[in-house]
Amino acid sequence: MKKIIKMREMVDNQAGTIRRVSASGEMGRRIREMGLVANADIQIQGRAPLKDPVAIKLKDYVLTLRNNEADHILVEVDLPE
Amino acid sequence: MKKQKITIALSGNPNSGKTTAFNALTGARQHIANYPGVTVEKKYGRLVHKGYDIDVVDLPGTYSLTAYSLEELVARDFLVNERPDVVVDIVDASNLDRNLYLALLFKEMGVPLVIALNMVDVAQIRGIEVDVDVLSTLLDVPVVPTVARANKGLDEVLDRAIEVALSERKWKPVIISYGADIDESLEKIEDVIKKRNGYDTKYPPRWLGLKCLEGDTQILDIMQADPDMSSEITEICSKTNKHIMRTLEEETEGIIADHRYGYIAGITKKAVKRKIQSRLNLSDRIDKILTNRMMGPLIMMVILYVIYEFTFTVSEDPVNRLEEVFALLKGSVSSFIPEGYLKSLIVSGVIDGVGSVLGFVPLIMFMFFSIAIMEDSGYMARVAYMLDRVLRWFGLHGNSVMALIISGGISGGCAVPGVMATRTLRDPKERIATLLVVPFMNCGAKLPIFAVLIAAFFTGNKARMMFIFTLLSWAFALFAAKMIRSTLLRGPKTPFVMELPPYRLPTLKGLLIHTWERTWQYVKKAGTIILGLSIILWAMMTFPRLPEQEIRSFDAERGRVRASFLAIPEVKSLIRDEKTLQALDTLLHEYQETVRRDGVHKDEGDDHPLKPVVRSILSLKENKKVGDKEGIEQRVALSYLILEKEMNAINGREQEAQLKATIAGRVGQKLEPLTRRIGFDYRTNIALVGGFAAKEVIVSTLGTAYSLGESAPEKSGFLSERLKKDPGWNPLTAFTLIIFIMLYVPCFVTLISIGRESSWGWAGFSMIFNLFSAYLVSLVVYQVGLSLGLGI
Repeated sequence: MKKIIKMREMVDNQAGTIRRVSASGEMGRRIREMGLVANADIQIQGRAPLKDPVAIKLKDYVLTLRNNEADHILVEVDLPE
Repeated sequence: MKKQKITIALSGNPNSGKTTAFNALTGARQHIANYPGVTVEKKYGRLVHKGYDIDVVDLPGTYSLTAYSLEELVARDFLVNERPDVVVDIVDASNLDRNLYLALLFKEMGVPLVIALNMVDVAQIRGIEVDVDVLSTLLDVPVVPTVARANKGLDEVLDRAIEVALSERKWKPVIISYGADIDESLEKIEDVIKKRNGYDTKYPPRWLGLKCLEGDTQILDIMQADPDMSSEITEICSKTNKHIMRTLEEETEGIIADHRYGYIAGITKKAVKRKIQSRLNLSDRIDKILTNRMMGPLIMMVILYVIYEFTFTVSEDPVNRLEEVFALLKGSVSSFIPEGYLKSLIVSGVIDGVGSVLGFVPLIMFMFFSIAIMEDSGYMARVAYMLDRVLRWFGLHGNSVMALIISGGISGGCAVPGVMATRTLRDPKERIATLLVVPFMNCGAKLPIFAVLIAAFFTGNKARMMFIFTLLSWAFALFAAKMIRSTLLRGPKTPFVMELPPYRLPTLKGLLIHTWERTWQYVKKAGTIILGLSIILWAMMTFPRLPEQEIRSFDAERGRVRASFLAIPEVKSLIRDEKTLQALDTLLHEYQETVRRDGVHKDEGDDHPLKPVVRSILSLKENKKVGDKEGIEQRVALSYLILEKEMNAINGREQEAQLKATIAGRVGQKLEPLTRRIGFDYRTNIALVGGFAAKEVIVSTLGTAYSLGESAPEKSGFLSERLKKDPGWNPLTAFTLIIFIMLYVPCFVTLISIGRESSWGWAGFSMIFNLFSAYLVSLVVYQVGLSLGLGI
């Protein structure tokens, strides 16, 4: 089963497809120009020692973003059984 | 006629190998300047290829070309206003989708473009195969595979660039479809613009339309020049935005970005073949360890410690040697120039001042080399990632860590390149906050005085004390940042969307260039500002002279002491008069000089009648016994030593009076009522005033102020010994002074850099804020220490 959740809620190594980026303004632009747009496949790579920022793998590169930014990214993931 | 001169603009994403390509193309023929009016670095170089003179301009590394970051704006303005003959876009083949985003933006502007498909070797290892011909056809741009770090393919890039530069005269913007709604309004805006005769032909109309829909502040401002056109376009834009928001629940800007990435995905689907489905590559596996939640911070600590050890161990020898060179220079200059002001100026002013700065070049160089390794390998980005959460508590940014480390966060660095390093911060508030706290770090210039004080008062745990002071400087910097960010520079945090570039083995060339650039900024200040300031400081510590009358009274005192020495009957039998006494002084001096120089004194057998006395004096000085019999020579020698002591005391008092009479001395005394509360006397004040110019000066100034009346002040370790014996000094004073020096005003050159990077207002603020913080913290430390009974 598929479900759409916020990127912040994803766990380590979980993969998914971005469905929507709801951030606007400067943050939205920054998120999008780095390739975080609808239909992009991502995977959570890990989190910093204090659980924030989060590192994600996108295509062949690794991006980091803070949890409050990850809140604006909605990802479709497989729901665990 | 063939055009012989070509301008190439080099562009690309950060980490695409652009800098490596630039270095490979231009080698050492590089120049660095700033783009007019802004603090973005402009690097350019010249080369000759197949008879063409080629200027290469290194545009800032960017992901995009929006108006909201200074670098992107600068790059865009350069293209529009300077119209380079061709743009070479360095594209990372192993990371094609994101890199082509920028390439597409260039295509949309229509600039003549050549793509250097870089790092094809890395892509191959990762199982990514790019079909160059297909990519070239689909993008309608020449594409050349390259490996910039191995200097492969760059010649062909130049060939293609020359072809393009010679053929294309006009910009040919490519048209991308953004869906019916946006396309329609783009056409409308284009019509509006084209109808106006006076519109700025520098910009392609459709591109202007896109920028208007994206809400690009710079372009909207430019449009304001024609209010009618501007209002017409604004209306179209807001209509479209509303419509898109209603139907797609997205901002127009987002839709445009989505379409661009869609367009790119269409191209890469055809041009890129993946042999291996993306799985964990080597870089990811390294990250699993280096940024592991438990081990990451520990490993980071170890790495920083290793850098610290490496820098200080490796640089110890060259620093000592450089010191020897300066001592030698001082010695030979001293023997050339006759006694007087000129000699004093050159020896104590110029050589000491500049020497103290240059002496630390090796240390700073090795520190910058280590930092360059961290940066070029990609580890610095991981440090920023791991520390971002911590730094955010204090209102800073993960990327602030680099500026802090360069300024001396590991110990030994320089705030000048540190201030420059704040350029990587995008948000002005975070940037200024970082700028302001960067001078708190323990830069290389503060280390010598710390070393002297630690050696004098904290023997036994040198390394531990140094470590404590490093931690303290971080604590102060972060606390100050928090204060600044929650009062003067309150504001939201900027996004932290940042790339963790794959780990790469740094190239030696890249490391050397990086190291050199920063070291040069440090060295440059020795040649220019420090030289001037050293002379001023020297003058301040030399003039005005004591009044003639006072000098005469000291002379008279000396005469009295010498006369009473000569009046001793036993002395009289050996040394008849003042003339013989002077001969003895000279002989003794020569004797000591030769011993110092050659280790031993060879008796050449000339039988000077005073020789036995000289030998006795020297033996007594070394606490050696000469035979059992106390001969007359020995008794005379003993009296002579008493005379010498008295003479030194008088000389000392004279020099002290002289120092107090000078401008610096007066300032130092004026400040005493204030500084006594933190345990500093006027001599320390003089040194601290000198530290305004450069922190390196503190040691030499303190050395001069405390060498008064001593016979051999040049001996190393002298200042430590002297302070240790001084009743006015104790561990608490030393500790307070270290804290004060750590925090008080940034050196002159740093202030200038801060002024240039922000505004003169902030530079002034930095001076006052730091001085105030230093005094306040020192006051608390000293007074609390006193009440705990530590100041004894």
